[in-house]
Amino acid sequence: MTAPSLELIGFTKRFGAMAALDDVSVKIEAGAFHALLGENGAGKSTLVKCAMGYYAADQGQILLNEREVTIAHPRQAHELGLGMVYQHFTLVPNMTVLENFVLSRGDLPAVIDWAAERRALKAFFETTPFTVPVDMAVADLAAGQKQKGEILRQLYLKRNLLILDEPTSVLTPDEADEVLTTLKKLTTDGLITIVTITHKFREVNTYCDAVTVLRRGQLIGTKPTRELDNDRMAEMMVGRRETRTVVERETRAPGKVVLKLEGLSVADNVGQRAIEELALEIRAGEIVGVAGVSGNGQRELVETLAGQRDHEAGRMLVHGEVYTATRPEMIRHKIACLPEEPLRNACVADMSVAENIALRSFDQPPSSPDGIRLRRSPMRETARKLIEAYKVKTPGPDAAIRGLSGGNVQRAVLARELSSEGDLLIVANPCFGLDFAAVAEIRARIVQARNRGAAVLLVSEDLDEILQLSDRIVVMFDGRLALQTDSASADVGAIGRAMAGH
Amino acid sequence: MDGSDIGLWGVPLAMLAGAIRVSTPFIFVSLGECLTERSGRINLGLEGTLMMGAMSAYGTALLSGSPWLGVLVAAFVGLLLGALHAALCQLPKVNDIATGIGLMLFGTGLAFFLGKPYIQPKAPNLGALDLGAWSSIPQVQQALQVNPLFLIGIALAFALAWALKNTRWGLIVRLAGESVDAALAIGASVGRVRLMATAVGGAFAGIGGAFLSLYYPGSWNEGLSSGQGLMAVALVIFARWDPIRCLWASLLFGAAGAISPALQSVGVTQGYYLFSAAPYVLTLALMIATCSPARSVRGAPAELGAVK
Repeated sequence: MTAPSLELIGFTKRFGAMAALDDVSVKIEAGAFHALLGENGAGKSTLVKCAMGYYAADQGQILLNEREVTIAHPRQAHELGLGMVYQHFTLVPNMTVLENFVLSRGDLPAVIDWAAERRALKAFFETTPFTVPVDMAVADLAAGQKQKGEILRQLYLKRNLLILDEPTSVLTPDEADEVLTTLKKLTTDGLITIVTITHKFREVNTYCDAVTVLRRGQLIGTKPTRELDNDRMAEMMVGRRETRTVVERETRAPGKVVLKLEGLSVADNVGQRAIEELALEIRAGEIVGVAGVSGNGQRELVETLAGQRDHEAGRMLVHGEVYTATRPEMIRHKIACLPEEPLRNACVADMSVAENIALRSFDQPPSSPDGIRLRRSPMRETARKLIEAYKVKTPGPDAAIRGLSGGNVQRAVLARELSSEGDLLIVANPCFGLDFAAVAEIRARIVQARNRGAAVLLVSEDLDEILQLSDRIVVMFDGRLALQTDSASADVGAIGRAMAGH
Repeated sequence: MDGSDIGLWGVPLAMLAGAIRVSTPFIFVSLGECLTERSGRINLGLEGTLMMGAMSAYGTALLSGSPWLGVLVAAFVGLLLGALHAALCQLPKVNDIATGIGLMLFGTGLAFFLGKPYIQPKAPNLGALDLGAWSSIPQVQQALQVNPLFLIGIALAFALAWALKNTRWGLIVRLAGESVDAALAIGASVGRVRLMATAVGGAFAGIGGAFLSLYYPGSWNEGLSSGQGLMAVALVIFARWDPIRCLWASLLFGAAGAISPALQSVGVTQGYYLFSAAPYVLTLALMIATCSPARSVRGAPAELGAVK
């Protein structure tokens, strides 16, 4: 195997009106360990998916070893020796490593000679810098071993240009170091070329030769790593920001503590700690913005507060009382929640807009005089008022909420959650995927709630949103708070570094 | 004390005999369901396939005089019903479970309808091999009368386990059940793989039905299966989708089903119907013991039960 060079020239990709990539060109030298750096939505994944043939780019030219190639389908990319390793695992958990490797080769004989295949794989593992147990089911491997298995399979399939999509996000720092060190050796030996998507400066500094930074679909620049320091990279990544565009806000001293988290630890779906002993206080009349790259525990935090996930250790206090996210507690403490993907997390998609708006109050007067019978007309009346007040575009209160556009679902849920004049408002990525007008309006509503005296927890992947709305900013990294700062004195560079784990 | 009085030994012996006799349909249906589920498809219609197999085997044996031709026809009928299920499931927005229940009712209903003329007449039996001829005790001789289908079932379990592990076909079936993405990545047609697996699984269930009507109990009537096709689904879960464990689990269920007649044979008549419920109680107990809300059952094909 010899490492190829790869050049992507003038890549443009539009999704609807939004340009995910706008004339981006990158040159990756043969045998390089090249980092693609950028915030969520900067276009890194789109770029590599175009190169791998998962997306058809609107424009763009690929040079492999300085010869032009067409890649319209992932299989073509594979034949040219391009392979991709994802954040999530693609090895089949219920099969052994050997079965996975042999199956992915695709050219199977009718009856497989496992003894010969095992010998061949073991012989191959003699030549690789790290190995995984051949006969173990993938499900029994630790996360680090699985990721090594994914990489080894790419090498086994003779791929010599590997694209890694946040390869270490599921690994511990030690595992990450082991995997990256060995990959680094393969590149310096001139065997493979690596492009890695990452948010972690530490890994870029230690392992990568060159860095390409994207921001909002634009190429910011490609530089050798040795010419960059963390401040410079953070600046390239997040840019120089206008600290605050106008959302009217009263200046007021924060009031009493409304939400207090003490040593909160939460497991993710596969049982690993997503949140580690988190401590946080939010006071009445302040917005606390939780910044961070997605996947650092923010989702689990919101789910725990909303009652969708159990916590393993620590406790949550609201108004000084232990809070376990039950419905009576939410009603008593006036807790409102606008989770991300509200159609999935906060709505019953096939129920009507009126019914969805009534989800918090349907069993209380006036919707239900006794908690048993339901009265439709007050429900519909409330819905009609809120639809008008929050400008929800819907055919009527009885239309299924599934049919509404994303912004209008968001407005309907916000109407439901804010109409109770909550004391604590939990908001996650409220403006994701919305158009400009909807964004401004929803942000104004959140600030209004704060001005009224509500405590607001705002979790967002959009750093602008955090900077614009928050009174206080915390950064989550790897399930912990990496930084806490008042937003008035916030240093964008420091926030960017904290998001990248520095 | 004559040679035929073996006292309480009669109970385990009768259960052994029962395990051999009663388990055979369980073996075939569970292997069929196992194969189907390993490809990522659930077929709850095997109860109906079992009944259709029993009826068509009985009818064929009656008309042709050859019980083994009946077994073949039953397999073919099962193949068609399996293929029908798979074909329906491939239509957009069709749910495995609903289709399976529909085909279960369709299969049993059709079997009752077409089988009406076969309730009275007596079809030729499949017969048995006397593996107990070495013993002088009649109960032992009787217990070891083994139908060839039982032996074929055992061989089939091992053959299926081998094929799933060692052949291209078996690996692709498993891949279709574990990860549609990975199957597509190597260019396998998931739909066709599942169609074939479900059809062959249906054929196995059809053979199980032939055993019911042509050997034990050995007649055709509407209460013939008493839910064995459905219990086999639970059995596959208990067996963790492994053909060899399906075999052991079938023997266990067969033995449980034989408790009640075995106790009766030694004079315990109290609670006959209660003991008859043993296989069902066993099914429930196994389901409760092996299922948990916190984790999915280990070994379950990953694409199984994904409602799309």
